[in-house]
Amino acid sequence: MTDIEHLVHLAHQTGDYDALIEQIPYARLIGIRVMRLGEEMIFHLPLNRDNIGNPILPALHGGVLAGFMELGAMLQLMVSMNSPTFPKIIDFSVDYLRAGLSRDTYATCQVWRQGRRVGNVAITAWQTRSEEPVATARAHFKLD
Amino acid sequence: MTIQQRAQTFLSVLRHCQVLGMTVEQADENGLVIKLPYSELIVGNPVTGVVHGGAITTLMDTCCGISTVCYLEELEVCPTLDLRIDYMHPAEPGKPIYGFAECYRVTPAVIFTRGVAYQERREEPLAHVVGTFMRMGPGPDGLKSFKLGGKA
Repeated sequence: MTDIEHLVHLAHQTGDYDALIEQIPYARLIGIRVMRLGEEMIFHLPLNRDNIGNPILPALHGGVLAGFMELGAMLQLMVSMNSPTFPKIIDFSVDYLRAGLSRDTYATCQVWRQGRRVGNVAITAWQTRSEEPVATARAHFKLD
Repeated sequence: MTIQQRAQTFLSVLRHCQVLGMTVEQADENGLVIKLPYSELIVGNPVTGVVHGGAITTLMDTCCGISTVCYLEELEVCPTLDLRIDYMHPAEPGKPIYGFAECYRVTPAVIFTRGVAYQERREEPLAHVVGTFMRMGPGPDGLKSFKLGGKA
């Protein structure tokens, strides 16, 4: 736990999330990256053949896209609260707006409410332009 | 081809599902069960070993999507419109997770599905799921409109 606490603190301070991501197996599996621009966090899911669902298009698996968005929301909460505990997912709702093709995907998260016990996060994912999202999602996390 | 064979064929072409080791356990006119084996690769919380929600979302999106073959005459491409998951409790580490899904309303344009994720018993789900899918029609025309229409 101290290890995670140190890594969250480090990410919070330096904007370098690699060491924290390295500790989360699912994050390594799908290959999520984090960029910080000033105070903003932008999540990046590089093109990866193993993340494909529909082979005909080919398209990113909808579940991977959702997992990427949920993971982004979780990291955003952890780093913004500078908290070493992993928020627990309560519910997750995703709307698919257009084909998530097999290419690089990006996401940003908006923490609408961060209470003592529950956090509400909206996530937007896009591939070409942020005004044309491939999916939007909303999640609640238990924080304590 | 039986419903089970159609479901297996469908699952076998989805690369990420193969990476996660997902298999069809049961498929008939009452719905579909898919198994997601436990693996350290899909852990989201390294402190507790609990599987990340993303892997469960992948299981349930796949399960709800493929459950359409249990109800349709022909294989159709049905992209997900939306999916919602409510977690009753976290998954227990070390044990496989099963997804069950059924279609509770099939219209010419849209299919409504619901299901649960569970470990020991379906009556004690770790998550409840509802998902809505778009019908693009059977055969090459459906695939073509899927490409042009751009829903995924």
